[in-house]
Amino acid sequence: MSTIETSRGTAWDQWKAAFDLAGERNAPFETVSSAPVAPLATPADVAGTDPVADIGLPGQFPYTRGPYPSMYRTKLWTMRQFAGFGNAHDTNARYKFLLGKGQDGLSVAFDLPTLMGYDSDHPRSEGEVGRCGVAVSSLKDMETLFDGIKLSEVTTSMTINSPSAIVWAMYLVTAQKQGCRLDQLGGTTQNDILKEYIAQKEYIFPPQPSMRLVVDTMEYGSKHVPRWHPISVSGYHIREAGSTAVQELAFTLADGFAYVEAAMERGLAVDDFAPRLSFFFNSHVDFFEEIAKFRAARRIYARRMRDRYGARNPRSMQLRFHTQTAGCSLTAQQPLNNIVRTTWEALAGVLGGTQSLHTNSMDETVALPTEMAVKLALRTQQLIGYESGVANAIDPLAGSWFVEDATNRMEQGALEIFARIDELGGVVPALEQGWFQREIGKAAYKYQRELEAGRQVVVGVNRFVDTEEEAPMETLKISMATERRQNEELAEVRRTRSAGKAAAALERVATDARASVNLMPAFMQAAEAYATLGEMVDVLRAEFGTYREPAVF
Amino acid sequence: MDTPIRVLVAKPGLDGHDRGAKVVAAALRDAGMEVIYGGLHQTPEAIVEMAVQEDVDAVGLSVLSGAHMHLFPRVVQLLAAAGAGHMLVTGGGIISAEDMAELSKAGVGRLFGPGATLKELVDYIRAEVGRRRAAARSH
Repeated sequence: MSTIETSRGTAWDQWKAAFDLAGERNAPFETVSSAPVAPLATPADVAGTDPVADIGLPGQFPYTRGPYPSMYRTKLWTMRQFAGFGNAHDTNARYKFLLGKGQDGLSVAFDLPTLMGYDSDHPRSEGEVGRCGVAVSSLKDMETLFDGIKLSEVTTSMTINSPSAIVWAMYLVTAQKQGCRLDQLGGTTQNDILKEYIAQKEYIFPPQPSMRLVVDTMEYGSKHVPRWHPISVSGYHIREAGSTAVQELAFTLADGFAYVEAAMERGLAVDDFAPRLSFFFNSHVDFFEEIAKFRAARRIYARRMRDRYGARNPRSMQLRFHTQTAGCSLTAQQPLNNIVRTTWEALAGVLGGTQSLHTNSMDETVALPTEMAVKLALRTQQLIGYESGVANAIDPLAGSWFVEDATNRMEQGALEIFARIDELGGVVPALEQGWFQREIGKAAYKYQRELEAGRQVVVGVNRFVDTEEEAPMETLKISMATERRQNEELAEVRRTRSAGKAAAALERVATDARASVNLMPAFMQAAEAYATLGEMVDVLRAEFGTYREPAVF
Repeated sequence: MDTPIRVLVAKPGLDGHDRGAKVVAAALRDAGMEVIYGGLHQTPEAIVEMAVQEDVDAVGLSVLSGAHMHLFPRVVQLLAAAGAGHMLVTGGGIISAEDMAELSKAGVGRLFGPGATLKELVDYIRAEVGRRRAAARSH
């Protein structure tokens, strides 16, 4: 029995009797991840938690309360809205709009052909150019994308994975051509291929050569682009694919540790690359479950980095993360409700100590967001940061019996999942067996059935449904003209570049791919010669082969 | 007693977001249908070939990438050209009401957006395939 139960035995008994007498309303009392929630937390629930060793202070091991000593007292999180659509001209204009509204950093969304390593004029790109992000087929597009934006003065996050090294090479060359030095550049490439196999499914090559490309960027970055974060280990897509909160936490951290191990196998010293690793989590609708997840992530990471991988530099043990509110929590019905959902999801990210944040726009269940919707989403962050007062104190929820207990449970749940992954032989064997995919699929199906049974409530969808037809929203439209214009510009690039230089650079990519040397210099040379993304990826497809997943449902 | 309804569930185009397709495949299976899961990154040509080979009653496509106006009509046209115009083409994704109306004119069946229930789409496929089978018998 706990202290409160024993020391206040009578009080507890009286409370419990009164509680039982009052009865409970008809609800499952579970999180959105179907984890049960007790009605009351007391000191008994955290009796085994050491205030120093387990919670500590901000900027101190195990960093449960935040990676930095002063957190938002020094600087609010970076407000970074993910954007990209149409061609590089369209997106360049959106970036200038967002910077003009007080956004701090840029975040590039690429279209699917770019994400899959196809040029805009490839037959498989037909109908997809510029639809869910910006099309970037060559250095020319990258130069246009950042026209008038000095890359040494902003930080840029690029959501690109399988062809990440190539796209990053284009970015680095663009910066050099602007007159910036590589050591001035700050930003992040997502470059998290493991979660592509597990959840988002935008993979090209098999796992082994893909991991080599990732380690090439880690190695190159640690030597030449020291302010860059070469990987953003991402739980976001795992959660959007339907995982629970604890699965998101455990799968993501397991992926992160797999990159650490791969880099150490290459011979890199953990303290040379780990300070630049970063993470990316989802912030879903269950407020406290998310806060617990963020706090647990920092603690688990710090302990493993120190104890298993021998990190000595504190920065190697500090988990830093970006947050995006949950796209899958938004509804097409009563879309204005999405503004409210996004607000508390963002608030959970802030109370969880995020380093940067993207807030979704209310219209994203229908189309890419309009300028008005994006501005409102950015304003949501500004309202939280400047009006709500939550950023005044560091980790204000620490010491809450409920929050600390939830944090402990998250940690425990993640450790159990790590043990299961170890049994399966590690992350890559487990994904090759389709284990992650099945686990996520099961969780997604369970949630959908619970939603339809009314055990999970979504306002406007299965409760408080409006019967009258909703007025259609104004949405952003991408026309086929975008694709035609993009392909004309690409044809112009192919026509005006030096064919000999491009061919020689592509030959070097092939040679270096076979020779197992770091591919970054070859990619940069090819980018500079205006060899296209698709041409470089084709060379790699020939060298590395392509991946097909075990199709399971 | 009719034979079970056979449905091909697949994702055309480059989009990898397969949560919806997999949840739907599981729901159709649990509703007693025979589900062929065609997987990701399929071309319209490959989908039509699978549909014909598997002799399905319905093809369910999931597109979240914005390429629906290109991909859905293409599958309908290729099915017709392959002599499989009787097959129902349905599906879902991030598709505006305006686009849904236009796709309906192009011969695409009902499309389901965010918030649609599994029951709605099971009921729809049962009714629509039943109607098409009855029409084929009466000819």
